[in-house]
Amino acid sequence: MVEKKLSNKTKFWLTIAFIIFIGFLLWLADRYFDDYKLRVLRLIAIYGVMAVSLNLINGITGVFSLGHAGFILVGAYTASLLTLSPEQKAMSYLFGIQPWIEKLHADFFTATIAGGIAAAIFAFLIGWPVLRLSGDYLAIASLGFAEVVRIWANNALSITNGPLGLKAIPEYSNTWWTYGWLLATVVFIASLVNSSYGRALKAIRENRIAAEAMGINVFKHQLMSFVIGAFFAGVSGSLYAHWLTTIDPRLTTMGPMLTFYVLIMIVLGGLGSITGAIIGAAIFAILFEWLRDLEQPFSFFGIQVPGIPGMRILTVSAIFIIVMIFWQRGIMGREELTWDNLIKWSRKLASLSRKRGEG
Amino acid sequence: MGYSPGTFFLQNLFNATMLGGLYALIAVGYTMVYGILRLINFAHGDIMMMGVYFAFYAATIIYAPPLLAAIIAIAGAAGLGFLIDRVAYKPLRNAPRISALITAIGMSFFLESFAVVVFGAIPKSFLDVFKDKTILNKVLLVGGARIPLLTFLVILITAGIFVVLFWIVYKTKIGMAMRAISMDIPTTSLMGINVDMVIGFTFALGSALAAASGVMWAMRFPNVYPYMGFMPGMKAFIAAVVGGIGSIPGAIIGGLLLGFIEIFAVAYFPNFSGYRDAFAFIILIIILLIKPSGILGKKAIEKV
Amino acid sequence: MMENKTAVMENKTDKGTKGLLVLDHVTMQFGGLVAVDNFTNEVKEGELLGLIGPNGAGKTTVFNVITGIYYPTKGKIIFDDIDITPLKPHQITHLGIARTFQNIRLFYDLSVLENVLVAQHHEISNPDGDRILLHHGKPAKNYQRFWLWRAITKLGYLKKEREMLERAKELIEKVGLAHVMYEKASALPYGEQRKLEIARALATKPKLLLLDEPAAGMNPKETEDLMEFIKKIRDEFDVTVFLIEHDMKVVMGICERIIVMDYGKIIAEGTPEQIQSNPRVIEAYLGKEWKHV
Repeated sequence: MVEKKLSNKTKFWLTIAFIIFIGFLLWLADRYFDDYKLRVLRLIAIYGVMAVSLNLINGITGVFSLGHAGFILVGAYTASLLTLSPEQKAMSYLFGIQPWIEKLHADFFTATIAGGIAAAIFAFLIGWPVLRLSGDYLAIASLGFAEVVRIWANNALSITNGPLGLKAIPEYSNTWWTYGWLLATVVFIASLVNSSYGRALKAIRENRIAAEAMGINVFKHQLMSFVIGAFFAGVSGSLYAHWLTTIDPRLTTMGPMLTFYVLIMIVLGGLGSITGAIIGAAIFAILFEWLRDLEQPFSFFGIQVPGIPGMRILTVSAIFIIVMIFWQRGIMGREELTWDNLIKWSRKLASLSRKRGEG
Repeated sequence: MGYSPGTFFLQNLFNATMLGGLYALIAVGYTMVYGILRLINFAHGDIMMMGVYFAFYAATIIYAPPLLAAIIAIAGAAGLGFLIDRVAYKPLRNAPRISALITAIGMSFFLESFAVVVFGAIPKSFLDVFKDKTILNKVLLVGGARIPLLTFLVILITAGIFVVLFWIVYKTKIGMAMRAISMDIPTTSLMGINVDMVIGFTFALGSALAAASGVMWAMRFPNVYPYMGFMPGMKAFIAAVVGGIGSIPGAIIGGLLLGFIEIFAVAYFPNFSGYRDAFAFIILIIILLIKPSGILGKKAIEKV
Repeated sequence: MMENKTAVMENKTDKGTKGLLVLDHVTMQFGGLVAVDNFTNEVKEGELLGLIGPNGAGKTTVFNVITGIYYPTKGKIIFDDIDITPLKPHQITHLGIARTFQNIRLFYDLSVLENVLVAQHHEISNPDGDRILLHHGKPAKNYQRFWLWRAITKLGYLKKEREMLERAKELIEKVGLAHVMYEKASALPYGEQRKLEIARALATKPKLLLLDEPAAGMNPKETEDLMEFIKKIRDEFDVTVFLIEHDMKVVMGICERIIVMDYGKIIAEGTPEQIQSNPRVIEAYLGKEWKHV
């Protein structure tokens, strides 16, 4: 089996060209799309950051964490508290505010980085106990920590404004910030995964005991993956908050529901595939928006059907269960959409159609 | 409020026993399923929620009396549990364990959103079930503490259910089959036992207990809404883990322990009442770190 | 030429006197079960040592205790003059003990090449192991730091990656798996999976190689190849081999010295000839097998 492979240099330039091409498309979209479509477009990138970061933890390292919403929440609150102006904060905190929080102020980029770092620190702290567990226990414990931080956000009135949440967050998450961060996330995580460290993480996923026996410090590597994943989850939290413009610690906004959404994205795209995670995020964002119609009143053969709230999540979870039962590998499986694979697949396709033509 | 420390303690003791018993009822379902399939049935708390809705609609639509409504709820939940296993989990018996776990999470959200769609997201009052509300308002005086009659009833019924449960698990044939497959599924199937039926029965039994717990839960905390099963479900799972997952007595001990800690922590440290839901998770994390196999669980040695 | 050869021979016998791995009264207890009872012996540098015994005699537990998977209840384990008893598996591997598993534990979804590459990862990321080496006055193996940062930015990393790749390919060729280099480990036939597991262990650059039933499940032809293979790697890679095996043909055919265990205790020790004629061994273990032959 002799395979012609592209040289690394060609692949590098192809990738650069591809990024420029996408950039151009985004520029076009930014100019000509209406507001609603633009918001969905940006949401795809935000979901993409969430999915790629969760995929690093769950899909590549095989640490089945359900704490992603917790990291997103930490990032969202940290960043929003930094970008909100002191006057706005003073206005919206009905129960008083810690003076040091009121004074904090930073630009969007710094705030996003700070959100990522806060989430990473949180992950580092909970990683010590959580990663000592295995399998299901780890899943529940990480979910538990995410819930604890959400409950904390609901109660720490002078810091988070409690159940009222934060309002009037500036809508900084434009097309360039969101896609810029998506690019940064993918480049960072892909280059980690394509290094010796990435192989070690996959080895841990495949067989923890053998990985240990090969000289890999399993705990430290898992912690590293956990912390890096959490950093980007925090970043996505910041982007999400500055896209939503209001955040609150309800069960349905930044609770287990959000983790579940991100989980759907990566399972749909293929657990363990970075490009799959992005595809999954895009499909989820579009599908979820498209299903919004189900919750609006619509006419069905002349009969007026009232809007039914909850239909979206019902449909999505039904699709999800069906995917899990019949199509566990998802769209990409563990494969990546790389130049090599594209060539391989197109060759396969070509030979297949040739065979069909001959037959 | 004019209570002496003794009565205050007594009051909380009853509340804690009741809450703990309700957690324990749900926890038993988790522990039985986990013991057999090594699967955290995330949807278990939501089955409890569905049971409560069944009772609610039985009472408000067909005007069933409370006892009949409860029986309908229990039967409906049992059927639902059986059905969920058949439809969603059975196809994944030989798949990686994580696939079944993910499906269970999906099932949980499916049931919640199903309830939103069919029953509506607006909380309903379970008290509407009772036309005659005198039984709800009766209060007994025990050692100076005012204990609602309902609390007594809930504790008694819970205890009764556990007696029946132990009888089923330890004295009947199906119970023996359940215990056998929790040890070794392939061997049990060689003995001519229909493993799928037994697993289905386990789901049905666990779901019935959850529904029973749910109905009593709703009598004491009458808010009925689609997400009401999430927190009790999580806490009950934690109770099962704390007690030693796979062990039914463990689930009961874990449930009671959780109920006691929650009630007494809030009673004596009212400042932390907002963190009430966080206690369970903190206990879980502590237990898992100190004794991951739980109070009554056996330590598993990983074979290399 | 002749002189040279004898010098080498002498050197080998010289090596043979030194205990590379010393187990000193090692006891491993699980609850009431004593899996390994007062195990005292040593593995000499350069030798090919066999460990046999009936099922459940505690052989694999000995390996698990050596490699740090279990912490022994009592006793001490010294490897290369370092007390490795309290160390963790990844540290022990870094110091120079590699192993295979009774039930094959490959990274099934990774390619053959990646499986071998993973085994080199500890060279860039095992500060724990290095700390122990340095503490005992031995040279560290991670000669540079900040590898994570390098790996992500690729600054000063690609050369190392190339080096690892070359070494892995060379090793795969040496063990005769070059034709399946890019296949997933799960796609390999059983015999080749066993071989890959050995190759992967060798890639950690061990001084001591522990093989847990390498011939299990092999047909006679594969077993014969394996015997040649084990001898070959011992000489080519200059490693000491300590193996557990049920197949008497393998043990008697390649081992220079054999330890026999029963119920967690050592019941005999010696050359294959001595073991075959030892009445206790025949009684405990070989007796049954011999009747079948």
